[in-house]
Amino acid sequence: MAEQLLRVRNLRTYFPILSKVLRRPVGHVRAVDGVDLDLAAGEVLGIVGESGSGKTTTGKTILRLTEPTDGEILFESRDITRLPQREIMPLRQRMQIVFQDPMSSLNPRMTVGRILAAPFEIHGVARGAEARDRAAALLRLVGLPAEAAQRYPHEFSGGQRQRIGIARALALRPRLIIGDEPVSALDVSIQAQIMNLLKRLQGELGLTYILISHNLGVVSHICDRVAVMYLGRVVESGPREALFFDPKHPYTEALLAAVPSPDPGHTRRRVVLGGDMPSPANPPGGCAFHPRCPRAMARCAQEAPATTTLPGGHMVACHLYPA
Amino acid sequence: MSATTATAVPRTEAAIGPWRLRWRRFRRHRAGMASLVVLLLLALFCLAAIPMQHVLGMDPDATDLLARFDPPSAEHWLGTDEAGRDELIRLMVGGQMSLLVGLLATAVGGIFGLVVGVFAGYFGGRVDALLMRFTDGMIALPLLPLLIVLGAVDLTKLGFSSEFARSGAAGFWRIVIIIAIVDWTAIARLVRAATLSIKERDFVRAARASGAGPLYVMPTHILPNVATPIIVAFTLTVGRVILFESVLSFLGFGIVPPTPSWGNMLNNAQELVTTAPALAVYPGLLIFVTVIAVNFLGDGLQHAFDPRSER
Repeated sequence: MAEQLLRVRNLRTYFPILSKVLRRPVGHVRAVDGVDLDLAAGEVLGIVGESGSGKTTTGKTILRLTEPTDGEILFESRDITRLPQREIMPLRQRMQIVFQDPMSSLNPRMTVGRILAAPFEIHGVARGAEARDRAAALLRLVGLPAEAAQRYPHEFSGGQRQRIGIARALALRPRLIIGDEPVSALDVSIQAQIMNLLKRLQGELGLTYILISHNLGVVSHICDRVAVMYLGRVVESGPREALFFDPKHPYTEALLAAVPSPDPGHTRRRVVLGGDMPSPANPPGGCAFHPRCPRAMARCAQEAPATTTLPGGHMVACHLYPA
Repeated sequence: MSATTATAVPRTEAAIGPWRLRWRRFRRHRAGMASLVVLLLLALFCLAAIPMQHVLGMDPDATDLLARFDPPSAEHWLGTDEAGRDELIRLMVGGQMSLLVGLLATAVGGIFGLVVGVFAGYFGGRVDALLMRFTDGMIALPLLPLLIVLGAVDLTKLGFSSEFARSGAAGFWRIVIIIAIVDWTAIARLVRAATLSIKERDFVRAARASGAGPLYVMPTHILPNVATPIIVAFTLTVGRVILFESVLSFLGFGIVPPTPSWGNMLNNAQELVTTAPALAVYPGLLIFVTVIAVNFLGDGLQHAFDPRSER
C-alpha cells in the first residue's frame, strides 16, 4: 500500500453573504459542505461535477488558497488546516496548481523566463543564471524550446501557454499537483496533447494529481479514481472502471449519459436531468439531489443519505444503497 | 508525440532587452514621439534662460517703467510686461518653475497615492476601509481654507532655519508639498480599483500558490498591470498641477512674484487682458502645449509598456 499523501475529512468552505448596507453576514454559500477525500502517493484522482458543485473551491481549499471553514486537511500526515500562511509557504514547494485559463494565469507583462524563474527566487532556491538554466530545463520538460523563455505569454497558442502553466507548477518539484480544469479552455485537439503530457510527467516524476473537470470524458483516460461532486458534497467515488461501467448514484448515471460519444452508432440510455442545480446558499433538505433525481423516494426529501462503502472501494451516498 | 508537436513557437526578436523593446514600440507611436520632442524643446527653451541670464546679463526681474507694454522689438523679442520686464526671459524662467512644480508635485503625490491604492486594494477588508475613508476625508476637506492654513505654516516653528524659511526654495517646496497633499486622492482611488481586479487574476493566485507574499506580489504582478491607468492619470495630473499652481499663485501661496511662473504670469495678465492680450496668450499657450504634449506622451508610454501592442 502506497503512502497516503492527502487525507481530507469533512471539509467545509462557506462564503458569507453580506447584507448590502451593514456588511453583516446574512447567510452562507456552502461551496464545500463536508467533503472526504483520500489520495495515495502516485495516484490520480478526478473530481467531476457541474459548475457550482464546489469542485474548484475544494481544490483551492486543499491548497489553502481559500480558507477552510471547518474540517481537516492532512498533507503528508501533517494537519495543515489551521497552519498560518507563513508556515504554509515551505509546503508550497510540494503542492502546486495548474489553472484553467492559461491566458489569465500567466502575467502578460512578464517574459516566460521570468514567470518560470519566479518560484526559484521566491523560495531562494536559485537566482540569476542558475534560475534561467532551470527555467530552460522546465521548458524542455514540457516540450517547448528553451528560446521560449524570452517571449511573452501572448505570443503562444493556448496549448503552449498551458504547457508553460504546467512548467511553472513543476518548478519546485512538487509531489501533488491540482489541475483546476486544466484543459477546459483548450481546443479538443489540444486537450489530448495536454492530457498526454500530464500523464507522461506523472510517470517520469512520480507525481500525484487531483484533476478537476466538468467533463467525465476528459478525466477518464488518466484517473485511477473518480469522485463525483454535487452541491458541495461527494455523492459517489470509486475506481475509474467501477464508476464508469457500474455507476450507482443517479447523478453519476446522468453525467455519464451526457458524455458525447464519438461513435454515431452507439446509443446509450438517455438520462436527462430537469432544472438547474439549486443554490448552494439554500440547499434543499434531505438529499440535496432529490428535487432533480429521477429515482427520488419519499425518504430522500426527509433525510440526507449516509455514505455507503460497496465492495472494491466504491462509495456512494444514496438511499438506494442502504448501509 | 507531445515533445515534438509544441516546438513551433512564433519567431520574434528574441534576445532584445525589455527596455529596448519598449523604446522600439514607443518610437513607432508618432504622437508620443512628437510630444517627447516638443517637451524636450520646451525644457531646452526654459533652460536656455540660464546662459542668457549669466552670459548676456538678462534679468527677468529688471523693471523699466518707461518701457511698459512694449511691442516685440530687437531688444525684447516678445515685448515687455506691465513693469517693463522682458517677457521672453520671464517665460523661460517661469517655465522652469512650472515644469518642475508640475513634475515634482505629481511624482510625490502620485507615489503616495499609488502606495495607498495598492495596499487598500490588495489587502482589502479593514486596511481598505481605513485607507479609503482617509482618502474620502481628504476629498471632502474644503480646499481653500486648507490651502490658506498650509500656506501660513511657519517653517521656523517646524525646526527649519529662518534663512531657509524666507528663501525661494522654501516657497518652491511648500507648493510642491501642498499640491501633493491635495492631489494624491484621485490616483489612490484609481489604483485601488485597478488592483481589485488584478488581484483576482489567476497569475496572482499562481504566485501565491508558489509561496509569494504580498511584498513580492505587489511590485512584480500588481504594479506592472496597473501601469496603464497610472500613466494616464499621471499625465493628466501634470497638466492639472501646472494650472493648480497658477491658482495658488493667484491666492498668494504659490510661486510669489516677482519670481515668475507660467501660472502667476497668466493670472497677472488677466487684469490686463484688454490692454495687453499677448501677455495672457504667451503663458497660456505654453501651458496648453505642455498639457497636450504630456497627455500624448502618456499615450505613447502606455503603448510602449504593453507587450501586446503590435510592434
